[in-house]
Amino acid sequence: MTGADPLRLYRTVRLIRRFEERAIELVHAGQIVGGIHPYLGQEGIAAGVCAALDREDLVTGTHRGHGHVLAKGADPARMLAELCGRVTGLNRGRGGSMHAADFGVGVLGANAIVGAAGAILTGAVWERRRRGAGIVGATFFGDGAVNEGMLLEAFNLAALWRVPVLFVCENNGYATTMPVDGAVAGTIAGRAAAFGMPATVVDGQDPEAVREVTAAAVARMRAGGGPELVEARTYRFDAHHTFEHQVRLDYRPPEEVAEGRSRDPVDIAGARLDPAARAAVDAAVEAELDAAVEYALAGPHPDPATALDHLYASGLTARTGGG
Amino acid sequence: MPRLSYRRALTRALADEMTRDESVVVLGEDIRVAAANVTTGLLKKFGPERVRDTPLSEQAFTSFATGAALAGARPVVEFQIPSLLFLVFEQIVNHAHKFPLMTGGQCAVPVTYVVPGSGSRTGWAGQHSDHPYALFAHVGVTTVVPATPADAYGLLVSAIRCDDPVVVFAPAGALDLRADVTDLAPVPLGRGVVRRSGTDVTVVAVGHLVHDALAVAEELAGQASVEVFDPRTVYPFDWDGLVESVSRTGRLVVVDDGNRSCGIAAEIIATVVERVRLAAPPRRVTRPDGAVLPFAPALDRAVQPGRDQLTAAIQLTLKDG
Repeated sequence: MTGADPLRLYRTVRLIRRFEERAIELVHAGQIVGGIHPYLGQEGIAAGVCAALDREDLVTGTHRGHGHVLAKGADPARMLAELCGRVTGLNRGRGGSMHAADFGVGVLGANAIVGAAGAILTGAVWERRRRGAGIVGATFFGDGAVNEGMLLEAFNLAALWRVPVLFVCENNGYATTMPVDGAVAGTIAGRAAAFGMPATVVDGQDPEAVREVTAAAVARMRAGGGPELVEARTYRFDAHHTFEHQVRLDYRPPEEVAEGRSRDPVDIAGARLDPAARAAVDAAVEAELDAAVEYALAGPHPDPATALDHLYASGLTARTGGG
Repeated sequence: MPRLSYRRALTRALADEMTRDESVVVLGEDIRVAAANVTTGLLKKFGPERVRDTPLSEQAFTSFATGAALAGARPVVEFQIPSLLFLVFEQIVNHAHKFPLMTGGQCAVPVTYVVPGSGSRTGWAGQHSDHPYALFAHVGVTTVVPATPADAYGLLVSAIRCDDPVVVFAPAGALDLRADVTDLAPVPLGRGVVRRSGTDVTVVAVGHLVHDALAVAEELAGQASVEVFDPRTVYPFDWDGLVESVSRTGRLVVVDDGNRSCGIAAEIIATVVERVRLAAPPRRVTRPDGAVLPFAPALDRAVQPGRDQLTAAIQLTLKDG
């Protein structure tokens, strides 16, 4: 599962791209409430990292997390149903865009608190390995997370206890609207060095480059190495969040956006296929997403009487809020 | 009958559960040497994989425990200082507590957080003397405050076996207690107990204050028959047990080592008056609003609920009705 496979990589980036575009349409159509943080432009990172992982390996994602969940193997139809708040969704309509999870394929959840998931994933990988599983983990976070103390504590704990976690920084240049230069003293890779962790900077727009770097890190980790950091340089093609489609925020010069969009991971991966093969993938992805949209919108909305279901795993029943 | 100290009851509970269940691991600061005198002997018996001394990274090791729980462990996290719970409130509330619902029931997070020495230890001042159990009740995390060695054992065992996060407050005011314990057994979560039967007024006392309430009840024995109800678990609260008691006595006083506004005493009174027509207005004895415990011993004591205050509250409630 870790060798080069241009067709598969292309399929994944194309799937994420079209999934996000379909999801944005559903936001504008009012079928997805609350909006989403589109992963457009960053697809090569999730696709490349997850192509170097096994099904049993664990990942955690971010608020901009659809790509991570899909790349790790979650069903796009159930993912889309989740975004639409249906009981047929991955999280039975309880999580939505920012908390989508699929434990069955090793996705311990997108996580909406910046920098929070690294320590969670470290603990999960540690426990699985304590039980004898030879797994590794990958935790995705943005450039905004590298100033969160919680994440830096997780770097320390993982490095100290040699837990094989790949810390994947998706540096898209902005934490919401704050540019990296306005927020990060020192460097992102330098933070890894402070904990004795190897760090690699990679072109996040090239899925194969990301896959190669990840495969090498994963091989070192499976051989007993400690955690590593990958800083994938990327660019967010669309808004921080779809609310920006209504309220334009002025923080990225148009020339910069055009330059960023000129290096498209879908095109970079697609150029490695012959045109017929690429067209066949595109058609297959489209058919899959047509079916996914149909599945998502056909799913029942949850019964309000079940709003407290799953609040407690122990079976504890919470008092309701009525008089 | 063996005399069991409160601390050793906690130690026994940890050792028994670790022996019974390989998935139980313990994390915390200085636990290898049992700096809080609770994890004594565990490292030697169970080894460093299951007794993990942590760096001072409360946020990371609290979420590490969440992750380990997601992967099948039943971690117990020890915090030496109650105020550290403020530091990890985010990790417990936003992640450990929310994961089961947010994932639509895909997971459980069976983590136990133990605080040996919650509340005032006298002389440890503003940042070591909090008693924030009501905060966890407010957010809906199962929260227990054992008053006795037997309950310390039984509630910690039940907390470890619970599939949800549980915070165990072991009040500093109870840690030095010893008791004759004949039968170490799990104590069910969410079940209170009548510590002393009475007919005139129900006093609800939380944690170490159970012993103050019992002492006051004895002192007042000539004047009034005081029932003392120990909830043991403050969330989920044993409302039926308390309502049964107050329905008999018709009067309610709560003594609670939390701050007054939005404290557990407020919730207890609100719930009881929703369900029971009382013979007199209920009373509560608490820390003041916004309490920060001052250093000097006389000031420290002045901010905590006292026996005199409890006596006065009981007498007022009896007089009012």
